[in-house]
Amino acid sequence: MAKNDLIGGSIWEEYSQKVQDLMNNPKNQGELTEEDAKRLGGELIVADFGAESCGDAVRLYWIVDPKTDKILDAKFKSFGCGTAIASSDTMVELCKGKTVDEAVKITNIDVEKAMRDEPDTPAVPPQKMHCSVMAYDVIKKAASLYKGVDMESFEDEIIVCECARVSLSTIKEVIKLNDLKTVEEITDYTKAGAFCKSCIKPGGHEEREYYLVDILAETRREMEEEKLKEAAQKQESGEEVPFKEMTMVQKIKAIDKAIDESVRQYLVMDGGNMEVLDVKENGPYTDVYIRYLGACSGCASSTTGTLYAIESTLKQKLDPNIRVLPI
Amino acid sequence: MKVYLDNNATTMVDPEVKAAMDPYFCEIYGNPNSLHDFGTASHPALRRAMDQMYEAIGARDEDDIVVTSCATESNNWVLKGIYYDLIQNGEKDHIITTEVEHPSVTAVCRWLEEQGVRVTYLPVNGDGIVEAHTVRDFITDKTALVSVMWANNETGAVFPIEAISEVCKEKGVLLHTDGVQAVGKIPVDVIRAGVDFMSFSAHKFHGPKGVGGLYIRNGHPLTSLLHGGEHMGGRRSGTLNVPGIVGMGKAMELANYYLKFEEEHVRRLRDKLEDAILEIPDTYSVGPRENRTPNTVLVSVRGVEGEAMLWDLNRAGIAASTGSACASEDLEANPIMVAVGADNELAHTAVRLSLSRFTTEEEIDYTIEQFKKAVERLRAISSTYAYMPENMKEQQGSACKA
Repeated sequence: MAKNDLIGGSIWEEYSQKVQDLMNNPKNQGELTEEDAKRLGGELIVADFGAESCGDAVRLYWIVDPKTDKILDAKFKSFGCGTAIASSDTMVELCKGKTVDEAVKITNIDVEKAMRDEPDTPAVPPQKMHCSVMAYDVIKKAASLYKGVDMESFEDEIIVCECARVSLSTIKEVIKLNDLKTVEEITDYTKAGAFCKSCIKPGGHEEREYYLVDILAETRREMEEEKLKEAAQKQESGEEVPFKEMTMVQKIKAIDKAIDESVRQYLVMDGGNMEVLDVKENGPYTDVYIRYLGACSGCASSTTGTLYAIESTLKQKLDPNIRVLPI
Repeated sequence: MKVYLDNNATTMVDPEVKAAMDPYFCEIYGNPNSLHDFGTASHPALRRAMDQMYEAIGARDEDDIVVTSCATESNNWVLKGIYYDLIQNGEKDHIITTEVEHPSVTAVCRWLEEQGVRVTYLPVNGDGIVEAHTVRDFITDKTALVSVMWANNETGAVFPIEAISEVCKEKGVLLHTDGVQAVGKIPVDVIRAGVDFMSFSAHKFHGPKGVGGLYIRNGHPLTSLLHGGEHMGGRRSGTLNVPGIVGMGKAMELANYYLKFEEEHVRRLRDKLEDAILEIPDTYSVGPRENRTPNTVLVSVRGVEGEAMLWDLNRAGIAASTGSACASEDLEANPIMVAVGADNELAHTAVRLSLSRFTTEEEIDYTIEQFKKAVERLRAISSTYAYMPENMKEQQGSACKA
């Protein structure tokens, strides 16, 4: 949220002039027929993608030269909002004269960039980015029909965010490398989820196979497991594990060990004792909750000198961020 | 030609209303709560405005009409007030509302759910309304409040508030109605309707923006939303918006005066527009006419996406609105579109046209002409309309049935 976000209703104001012109007068709108294909000496391909009930549907016509795989002519029909019409028109323009293999490489990002007036100003507001995704999908559909293959064969990786074309592997890698904890952080690092927001969580504009919230939870779980494995391996090999990197169980054991070795004997000598009730992570601190037993319980020193001695022992032996809290 | 057919979103301020407000900006500008003459100079106008409001909705002297900043505030106040008064103490735990309320009701209800309140969202029937017997079926002895709109903003469908209030009375449950789309369009009598609370907003009936109200039957106690002063009898703190209150009073008086005109002239123009649109093959209107506010029509044009239709109308100088997800900032489909639609398509092809008493015959004739042009152009581009199988094409001009 910032100054520019406080007045809403500006979607249309954010369309580039090119988008507006294409909405008003699409250049490549229309149909191609078998007669057209005969005339040009090519093969007619008609591909449909989307559905009216989803709010977007596009039909792409290609006439392809079977000798060179070149797209000799292309046209479209579109049920959708103005940006869907403009995107489809631009996509058709970009297809013309390319081979089918080259056309498949055209993404919605190329389409959006081609509709910009200024190189650094987006052609459409973020939430309308999804309208250009349909243009990319229908190309793949047309190419799959022409080549007689499955649409999926053109995708070499799983795309989570269609608007920003961010893959599953990229998102997982970024989470792990930068220790990301929120979806907002993922968006900041990768742009995934910054546009139509469908890929963030279920219930958005369209149903997705993968959602950022699930990927984040799954990746964090993987990271946790990796951390546990690493800690166990280190322990097995007798390697010194820093207190910060220990698992909770390892921390409790280390605290108990330090108390047994350096604290308990002095308390017992005075007819007292102590036990650890709980250990909790609290931001940067590890809080150790203890209970005094025997003579220590109710002793005047238990909240001053004795407590200080226990805490400073643990700080010195294990971690300076340990706090001891008597209950 | 410029034509404004988005009067359910907001309306032009009636010049008479503006004239009534004018003196209270630069001439009589004192704070009404001050003791000096500058402050008290506005009191006669404020009292007159309150009289106009009470008169317009049939409120009695023992009832309260508290002026708020908008109906969103009024709706928030009722729901949160009831939560603090009846639910937080464990006495009750349940609120009933509908799936098609304005977000200032549904979003608050979702927030209340996070606080542990049980909320029932009643679906509407094919005519876009919730019937009284449906409300009755869901009331329990733990129900604190029923909140049902008087008229729907998208379809204009008028809800059976009187019958719903009978049910609420019988069951001893408080009833709130969001009257924003009813006040100024159809006769509203809070006593006959038997509601406990009603929200309204001046800018929907040719008054200024930023001023609304909450009717409270018998001054029913309700925890305040805004604390910090003794304004509005201590019920709603904040310096009185004198020009706004004066404007709202005048606007309500005028709206009441023009109700007959609304019922006859505005309805005739709306029907003329609707009939002309339904002459276009494969177009539909939502909800029966006789049970709609006289100024509203929601049409679906098969094969044409709502935002694209809005774009073309706008180019022709005509302002309308759509519930299409594609035109909203958050891309979320409007539930009413799906609720009353013959199929999912309506969620993407609906266009709402809402008239006012300032709409002219010439404007409607021009809109009809431009609407047809837009449909023709966009259907020519459409990938779905031209090759739609014949068996999918419904009879032209029929109303949607869920």
